[in-house]
Amino acid sequence: MVASVDAPEKMVGKAIKRREDPRLITGAGQFIDDLRMPGMLHIGLVRSPLAHAKIKSIDLSPALSMPGVVAAFTGEDFLDLNPLPAAWQAGGVTNHAVTPRVLAVNEVHLAGDPVAVVIAEDQYLARDAAEAVIVEYEELPVVVDAKKAAEAGAPQLHEEAPNNIVLEWSCGKDAEVVDKALADADVTAGLHIINQRLIPTPMEPRGSVARYDPGTGDYTLWITSQAPHVMRLLIAAFVLGIPEQKIRTISPDIGGGFGAKIFCYYDMPLTMAISKKLDGRPIKFFEDRVENYVSTTHGRDHISDVEVGATNDGKITALKVKTWANIGAYFSTIAAGIPTTLYGRMIAGCYKIPNIRVDVTATYTNTAMVDAYRGAGRPEAAYLIERVCDAVAAATGIDPAEVRRQNFIQPEDFPYDTGIGMLPYDSGDYERALDKALDLAGYTDLRAEQKRRIEAGEQKLLGIGLSSYVEVCGVAPSKWIGLGGEGWGAGLWESANIRVQLTGKTVVTTGSLPHGQGHETTFAQLVSDKLGIPYDDIQIKHSDSLGTPFGFGSYGSRSLTVGGTAIYKTTDKVIDKVKKLGAHMLEASEADVEFEHGKVFVKGSPDAAKSIQEIAAAAHVAYDLPEGMEPFLDETTYYDPPNCTFPFGTHVCVVEIDNDSGEVDIVKYLAVDDVGNVINPLIVGGQLHGGIAQGLAQALYEGAYYDDDGQLLTGSLSDYAIPKASQVPWYDLDSTVTPSPVNPMGAKGAGEAGTIASTPAVGNAVVDAVKHLGVNNIQMPMTPERIWTAINEAR
Amino acid sequence: MSATVAQNVVPVDITVNGVEHHAEVEPRQLLVHFLRETLGLTGTHVGCDTSSCGACTIHLDGKAVKSCTVLTAQADGASITTIEGMATDGQLHPVQEGFWEEHGLQCGYCTPGMIMAASAFLETNPDPTEDEIRHALEGNLCRCTGYQNIVKAIQYAAKKG
Amino acid sequence: MYPQQFEYVRPSSVDEAIGILASNPDAKVLAGGHSLIPAMKLRLAAPGTVVDIGKIDGLAGIDSRGGAKIGAMTTYAAIVDSDKLGDFPMLTEATKQVGDPSVRNRGTIGGSMAHNDPAADLTAVMLALNASVTAKGKGGEREVAVDDLFVGLLTTSLAEDEIITSVNIPNDFANAKQAYVKHAHPASGYAVVGVAVAVTEKDGKVESARIGVTGAPEHAKRATSAEAALTGKTLDAETIAAAAALAADDLGELNGDVYASPEYRAHLVRVLTKRALTQAAGL
Repeated sequence: MVASVDAPEKMVGKAIKRREDPRLITGAGQFIDDLRMPGMLHIGLVRSPLAHAKIKSIDLSPALSMPGVVAAFTGEDFLDLNPLPAAWQAGGVTNHAVTPRVLAVNEVHLAGDPVAVVIAEDQYLARDAAEAVIVEYEELPVVVDAKKAAEAGAPQLHEEAPNNIVLEWSCGKDAEVVDKALADADVTAGLHIINQRLIPTPMEPRGSVARYDPGTGDYTLWITSQAPHVMRLLIAAFVLGIPEQKIRTISPDIGGGFGAKIFCYYDMPLTMAISKKLDGRPIKFFEDRVENYVSTTHGRDHISDVEVGATNDGKITALKVKTWANIGAYFSTIAAGIPTTLYGRMIAGCYKIPNIRVDVTATYTNTAMVDAYRGAGRPEAAYLIERVCDAVAAATGIDPAEVRRQNFIQPEDFPYDTGIGMLPYDSGDYERALDKALDLAGYTDLRAEQKRRIEAGEQKLLGIGLSSYVEVCGVAPSKWIGLGGEGWGAGLWESANIRVQLTGKTVVTTGSLPHGQGHETTFAQLVSDKLGIPYDDIQIKHSDSLGTPFGFGSYGSRSLTVGGTAIYKTTDKVIDKVKKLGAHMLEASEADVEFEHGKVFVKGSPDAAKSIQEIAAAAHVAYDLPEGMEPFLDETTYYDPPNCTFPFGTHVCVVEIDNDSGEVDIVKYLAVDDVGNVINPLIVGGQLHGGIAQGLAQALYEGAYYDDDGQLLTGSLSDYAIPKASQVPWYDLDSTVTPSPVNPMGAKGAGEAGTIASTPAVGNAVVDAVKHLGVNNIQMPMTPERIWTAINEAR
Repeated sequence: MSATVAQNVVPVDITVNGVEHHAEVEPRQLLVHFLRETLGLTGTHVGCDTSSCGACTIHLDGKAVKSCTVLTAQADGASITTIEGMATDGQLHPVQEGFWEEHGLQCGYCTPGMIMAASAFLETNPDPTEDEIRHALEGNLCRCTGYQNIVKAIQYAAKKG
Repeated sequence: MYPQQFEYVRPSSVDEAIGILASNPDAKVLAGGHSLIPAMKLRLAAPGTVVDIGKIDGLAGIDSRGGAKIGAMTTYAAIVDSDKLGDFPMLTEATKQVGDPSVRNRGTIGGSMAHNDPAADLTAVMLALNASVTAKGKGGEREVAVDDLFVGLLTTSLAEDEIITSVNIPNDFANAKQAYVKHAHPASGYAVVGVAVAVTEKDGKVESARIGVTGAPEHAKRATSAEAALTGKTLDAETIAAAAALAADDLGELNGDVYASPEYRAHLVRVLTKRALTQAAGL
């Protein structure tokens, strides 16, 4: 046996409860609306009731004469601020990017567009004053549908974007090649898919609090942001035109994001500019839910026509997709990347498809801006390809599970290039996950029961839905994603700093930050194992641009795979220095010492070890350091990964449908996910649960609708159905583990997998239940009425 | 008219987490704003405008209510418990403990309201089924957890009694 | 989220409240507040005066001698928890489906009747139970059958100065076969369609049947053709199917929204009537 120091308890892989919870379960969390500052004033926004109109005049005087009102402004007062930045414009094509100003000037383009602002002593007065402002509009025609917006004669939103077209983008083979493959196919099927508009709905709406320091000219901006460093950069460099260091951004506790809190919003520079105008009084903006629904970004909203060709034995030979993507009234921060890189390039799913063509037309409409929402492009792609698999099954008469098996990329094929511009898939064993899911679900028995009910003419039909998904996480390699590549206007690396202080207590600062994902716990588990420092001695600090290294933030399931790797690599740097200094303290050569479980010792002599705490103290006091060594254990890493990661799995959903009313009940939900190696199974399980709930809600409940005048018909939580506890099933989770070769932890990412997988699983289950009646498609949300209508039309 | 008529401010006496407060409030002030703005008890959150989400749930005279749908004036004479009053002598309430043990929260925004609703529910139904728990939470929305671990948190608390 | 300013009045008697209402056309009664306050927060309602009847003694409570007399300020929760309503199990079951537990702790039966929301649950139940309300105003006290109370969208036949003091359920359908079945809106929980049925039998035949439908029509209404199709028949599957087929015939123009069209609501009325009758019949 090799001599070794005693191994402490291993933290990675352990389902420990979260250290962020005590404050959150006692009401001691600090969310943005909880911030209190002397002299703080509140914003009330005057929003356009019309979806498209010229602003004829704005009369602020009734508001200004009200008690408690400090000031009021229109868009004209902020012409020195540039429009918000368009940070991700699709690569290789022209983007007609028209971004909003902090307040609309001359013309409004959606109902809810802010046109004026009042500043008052409290929120009630701010709302009163906003209502008192008199605005005259001249109404203009409205378009809300992505496809209709591009048609001749459609109302035009922006001069800079003829025919309302933001961009036209494509990937895959030439259309003629794919058309020929379709013509040569044994069987073909067509699908019209509406991936409906969703409203992200974090339980905490968005907000900003800004304070200008008239003495230094510096700003502090507290924001509900998933990317505070990026906001600082964008606002400084592009909106205000001031050096980045003049702004400090801080994200306090964030009540969920789901993508909607990634972006640069009007209220951020607006509160800053007002604070400056008002000599540094802190300015607070906090949306109410109605405002959140009309003016914070939405997600999805694709209309697609799909043609698929296959052989008689179910091998998919050709896939042609035309998608209209609704971008909303303006170009949101990373809007162009969603229906292109994150959607088009993932359309192949888990399958080897030799001929693919995707064409995307993105258009402006008089609706809320559309940008990333949990999954962002990948759910749209997964839904499409998984519905396609079932369509092939229907066309060939082959079981849906077998169609998937027929077409899977095989384990030996990795790294696998789908040929449509995505980076190569890292690793996978898709069939193993499918087999496990089918086995655990009792697939054969379920099919038999389905058949029995049909033959017995029972009222409750059974539907079995499969979803074998793959998605892309940790979207980062800067050279690929950046300008000249996919068009993202920056890098997407991540950062970490570790300081082992004199006492051995350790601070890790990261550019990643949580809004519910438990970074403070997971990252500490990782560092504890690597450095052999007790978990309780490690604190993770984040979310403050002043105290943390630049990071791009948390979204796209990137925190562990990119941010975590930055931490991992930083621990390696710390260990290097600890070994050097430890060897010096042991009067040994560095080549002769080992580092294990937080101790440095001469190989074979673990009893005479120096602990990392002793070494940290020696590094800090710096009385006796090796020649040329700097004091302090303080290391930083900026990490840009070589590839993305690609989690996968198979979900099985079983539904019961009342063939009389169309009412649906999910009777079983089983997920086999492969997210690579797991640091904290408790947290990963939670991510999957929440993801599944959001995805199944798209299939069954959620849908944002505008009327023809551009009024949001689902403008509150009593109209827009995010799921309740009684509307979701028990989720049975299982897994396979295929480590990712991309990062040293072997992690793939888990934040969005559930959402991406569950929508098609549920959607396929519903259609499967009624397919024997001749139904081959139902649009989402698959409400009882839509199911009832589909049954009636098929009969 | 009687002395109770026509006031621009309403005097109220409200006990919150065992502490008596006297205040003169605007008639239109919602109870949630009295708690958050007047008393600084910011653990009670606001997540919607339509009495849907339950993030503002508190106990008013022992019953779970949505404090965004009660005027402060209506609470005159009432005894209120908020999330800040749930732990006693540094001991978490069993429902709080359950949420921690079972990972019943992620972002934590809905959590105070969830805990208040769940603890009131367990007072009336100490040994609930899963289905009863799910229906008891119909007025409390969570966007992060998919509810499964919230159900487990409440089962944990029920078991603990 | 922030109501407009108003004058707040908290009378200590019904007569005092009536006086305020009579002299103040811009006044609104605040009962449990779970319809009025949400509307005020969204500034869809902006009364100049709010008359809080929450502290008036004697408006809450249930008297079950000869049917049931339920005080207007009785909360939904108090109805659910009451052991005095055993003769009307449908009422308890329906009340459990109103809103959510927190809403039921504040919302009141009198408020529900006075507000007459087109998607309320208890309006249909009270129609099926042939209930009435006692209303008190300047002109004195009167009893109004719920058949005559609900007259339009969010509109009742009460005068501006009238306050509902109680909801009265006669003995007609005590222990009758009864059920309330609902298709809830996935977001609001309100009835997309709710059907309440109450049936008495004599010598194995239906003697009297009342069916209240909510959610689909402009306000809760009775399905009179379906009621007629039951009367005098044996309450079996065949009778139920025949009656259910007529359930949407007397409801006038039906509501439609992005969740459910008028056509689907009509279909649901028939489906849920069948379900409710089947459940009531114990089939």
